[in-house]
Amino acid sequence: MKSVKLSRRTVMAGAAAAGALASSTGASAQGSANVLRVVMHSDLRIIDPIWTTAYIVRNYGYMIYDTLFALDAKGEVQPQMVDKYTVSDDKLTYTFTLRDGLMWHDNQPVTSADIIPSIRRWAARDPLGQTVMGFIGSMEAKDAKTFEIKLKEATGLLIFALGKPSSNVPFMMPKRVAETDPNTQITEFIGSGPFVFMRDEWKPGDRAVYTKFAGYKPRSEPASGLAGGKVAKVDRVEWRVITDQQQAVNALQAGEIDLIEAPSHDLLPLLKADRNIKLFNWNVLGNQYTMRFNHTTAPFNNPKIRQAVLYALNQEDFLKATIGDPEYYKVCKAMFVCGSPLETMAGMEDKLESNFAKARQLLQEAGYNREPVVLLHSTDLQVLTNLAPVAKSLLERAGFVVDMQSMDWQTVVARRVKRDPPTQGGWSAMLTSWVAADILNPVMAGFFNASGDRAAFGWPTDPEIETLRARFARANTAAEQKQIAEAIQRRVSEAPTHVHLGQWYSPGAHRGNISGWLEAPAPVFWNMEKGRGA
Amino acid sequence: MTAPASSEPIASADAPIAAPAKPTVWRKLFRSPSVVIGLAIVLVMMFIGLIAPLIATSDPSAINPGARNRVPMATSTMRLDDGTRVTVTHYMGTDTLGRDVFSRVVYGARVSIFIGVAVALLSVSIGLVVGMIAGYIRWLDGIIMRIMDGLMAIPAILLAIAVVSLSRAGIVSVIIAIVVPEVPRVVRLVRSVVLSVREEPYVEAAVVSGTPTVKLVVRHILPNTVAPLIVQGTFICASAILVEAILSFLGIGIPPDIPTWGNIMAEGRQLFRIFPHNILYPGIFLALTVLAVNMLGDGLRDTLDPKMEKRG
Amino acid sequence: MISYILRRLAATVPVLFTVAVMVFLMLRLTPGDPAAIIAGDNATTQQILDIRTKLGLEQPILQQFFIWLGGLMRGDLGESFFFRKTVFELISERIEPTLSLAFLTIVLAVAVAIPLGVLAAYRQGTWIDRVVMGFSVIGFSVPVFVIGYLLVYIFAIQLGWFPVQGYQRIGNGLGPWFRSLVLPAVTLSVIYIALIARMTRTSVLEVLSEDYIRTARAKGQTEMKVLFQHALKNAAVPIVTVVGIGVALLIGGVVVTESVYSIPGLGRLTVDAVLARDFPVIQAIILAFSFVYVMINLLVDLSYTIFDPRIRY
Repeated sequence: MKSVKLSRRTVMAGAAAAGALASSTGASAQGSANVLRVVMHSDLRIIDPIWTTAYIVRNYGYMIYDTLFALDAKGEVQPQMVDKYTVSDDKLTYTFTLRDGLMWHDNQPVTSADIIPSIRRWAARDPLGQTVMGFIGSMEAKDAKTFEIKLKEATGLLIFALGKPSSNVPFMMPKRVAETDPNTQITEFIGSGPFVFMRDEWKPGDRAVYTKFAGYKPRSEPASGLAGGKVAKVDRVEWRVITDQQQAVNALQAGEIDLIEAPSHDLLPLLKADRNIKLFNWNVLGNQYTMRFNHTTAPFNNPKIRQAVLYALNQEDFLKATIGDPEYYKVCKAMFVCGSPLETMAGMEDKLESNFAKARQLLQEAGYNREPVVLLHSTDLQVLTNLAPVAKSLLERAGFVVDMQSMDWQTVVARRVKRDPPTQGGWSAMLTSWVAADILNPVMAGFFNASGDRAAFGWPTDPEIETLRARFARANTAAEQKQIAEAIQRRVSEAPTHVHLGQWYSPGAHRGNISGWLEAPAPVFWNMEKGRGA
Repeated sequence: MTAPASSEPIASADAPIAAPAKPTVWRKLFRSPSVVIGLAIVLVMMFIGLIAPLIATSDPSAINPGARNRVPMATSTMRLDDGTRVTVTHYMGTDTLGRDVFSRVVYGARVSIFIGVAVALLSVSIGLVVGMIAGYIRWLDGIIMRIMDGLMAIPAILLAIAVVSLSRAGIVSVIIAIVVPEVPRVVRLVRSVVLSVREEPYVEAAVVSGTPTVKLVVRHILPNTVAPLIVQGTFICASAILVEAILSFLGIGIPPDIPTWGNIMAEGRQLFRIFPHNILYPGIFLALTVLAVNMLGDGLRDTLDPKMEKRG
Repeated sequence: MISYILRRLAATVPVLFTVAVMVFLMLRLTPGDPAAIIAGDNATTQQILDIRTKLGLEQPILQQFFIWLGGLMRGDLGESFFFRKTVFELISERIEPTLSLAFLTIVLAVAVAIPLGVLAAYRQGTWIDRVVMGFSVIGFSVPVFVIGYLLVYIFAIQLGWFPVQGYQRIGNGLGPWFRSLVLPAVTLSVIYIALIARMTRTSVLEVLSEDYIRTARAKGQTEMKVLFQHALKNAAVPIVTVVGIGVALLIGGVVVTESVYSIPGLGRLTVDAVLARDFPVIQAIILAFSFVYVMINLLVDLSYTIFDPRIRY
């Protein structure tokens, strides 16, 4: 009701106001039929999904943009904007044909001329894109609907990369937008996806609003994961910002909102007990907690000391302390995620068992000099807050000296890119979480990049890992990929770049009259319906 | 406030125009029920903080992920590194990391009371000095008051966030963060007392008769600031304990490995509906202490304020 | 009088300049880096450096300050680092909820606290006095967010009288607007009611012992007239001062209250901007708050002339 500009609703609002003061009818008056009122995990601030990797912006991207390929519910890549494609026998030339009827939100047709700069801009920012770009010789538009990609060397990653499900997703944008410098944010918000972004109604910190795009032609297949027909079944989606987790739950129970993307785990019992609320685990692969080392400074510049950490920690303590309910977590020693094609235990058998004796022994062998581990502790993100205290407790029991420094998440983010010594504003270790869909192989998972200065914060340097990653990119068969992934996991278990601390799942919550939420690595709002009643 | 001194408003009713307190007030103090009750509660809280290591059932920072969110009076077993098992009864339940809330609350008494007292003492003494200077040295008055106006104009919470993030979050930075916005309020109070006392006939007479400034300040001005500063000080002490909780609520307070009533509550707030004990027990301790400090301050004021005495 | 107002207005310029300098320096000295926050998780050091350059953060601090100051002179508050919006646009979107909340809170606090304070003073030592003072002390003793959660639990969840969260624009009708603000305003007003009631009681007590009150009583004036005409009027100066000081406190309370009730106001914008190190937004909001605060101070000082004829400017 808030910002809907229909006079009928305004009239209803006025009528309700008359007797509203002592009644609870306000909530149902707000439940206007085809508007989905949603609380996402964070506020939408930046609206360029190529420029940033923030998950909220990725989710925004799925609302208004479309992709060439997409991952279906089984984890297989399916054509989305692409109608069909052919691969030459030498596996070097790919020819793609776009579907009929693709339209931008300004009602101009989508053409090959839009696609190529879109791929280029994405590949300039995304780590997997950069890798794939190294294989690409040329990209060329053959006609309005056909384009060709020629490779210099064969790789099994091209189609997978174009269907990359999570940040950065290769979203397709109009030519004039896609030609923006990759390091500058775009200023026009036109896509070809099932929803249109309402620029005028976007109020950062309050709401972001989307309406159904009448000109969108969905595929004929049923929706599956991020693939299949993207049929918008609601007229309008409003992302509302409620920063207080408990208040979001209260609002959902009161019917003031329809859906919460990721309610706090400790509040799930309240939602489970409510007959009007349903929980839905949309991200089946889940997320993975991770501890990142700073490799450039003592003590974690010594691989043996990093390995001692791998022995000292155990996943269950972290998962219990943050998630609590075993229904929503899984102890998993596979770095490339349990339930994925590259799941393996290689090298990990005896690690992550809190074997303090072994950890102490390694520390002694490594000549650990009791340099303090400066552990960054973020205090304002519910899903991360409890990680650092658990790490501190376990590390101390293994004989580490830990200096845990508490700060808000934004300060952690700023701090972890600083390369100063830990005593002068630097750091030794920090904890974060990855969406499993982003770490399914060693090329896309940023923390495996061990190329020193060019790697993500933590800056590991490990030529052996880099050689293996390059081989992975060239691998053409699943079996070969698996074999290399095992070798990488073995190497990382000896000289860790980071420690994976278990998988966890974050079910969404919605009111009973909402249906059609799809299982996918990102929350998507096509196919979702809103029935009558509260 | 560039107007001449004679036009200065008397900014506070707590600024009585009084002669110095007489020694007999000490006896009167202990006849005031609010002083006695307030002081008793404050002393009990301080005592609890003092003997925290003796009455705490476990290490307040010891986490136990296997025993998180336990209800009050639940028990849990923890295995130590040497293999022995200890069973602990959690009188006030446990928090989301399985830490014992009772132990955290009694240890929290130390930190919370310390913060309250430290902030009050620091704000009052800094404010007193600056306020005296502003009220006494005319040419500095304008400059000081502009800076104070500037400081006061910045939202306290924002100022606090900036101060805390300037240095590492900890007790000292939190104390500084709360003191900085409090100082201008004390300065204004002190200055207004100084200005109004200066207009009193007996002070003017003293000035005319050539009494040295130092003597004037010690004999006439300082005693007049005592009563209002005590009232202000209690308010600051009480509010400091609360502001600490708000800073924790915003995620920038004292790190949770040092328990304070504020951060125990702030951590427990997400589970307010499911496990109210995390907010209830520290809340009771906090409210009782703040209440006692305020009662103490009220009692002190009533006793030290001669006008009240007349009516009594 | 008019020349006094003009002089005071002129005096606000250096205050605001002081604020501008202090805030600018403070922000540039804090360890947070907006570029790192904007760049996100996968960003490399080079990407972050690029963003810093783009935002002008690589220039010398003094140069940054003068660029900002120059814009300010032209009425240009700059553009947010995060939102593709100008700071002016962001602030004007957020000002309505905060003003509404502050207005209702002050009205509520004054309307409740002054009669309570007068009553308590008049009935000094009786149970009424003790109840009022007891409430006042409890009001000081409970953190704002706890009051907020309690009110939500009772009046929104259990009784369903008011919405749990959110704000209705005044353009959507007075009814929904008021309804959405009842709980936040009550939450926020508790501590001000406590503060003002306490100060009112103290001041009225002080005045009640004055000779002219005894004279008025001796002349046989009704107690009501004595209380509200003589006593309250003479006690007004400290009360008004406290209401003025309360506005500064109010801004702090607004931050927490807006967070609890998800009200998209300036308080929330402030916290969001500080946590994200969105420098242009923080600088502008602080200046705006400072301006408001200085103006209120001026109004408070001017009101003394109404309440206390001895004070003239």
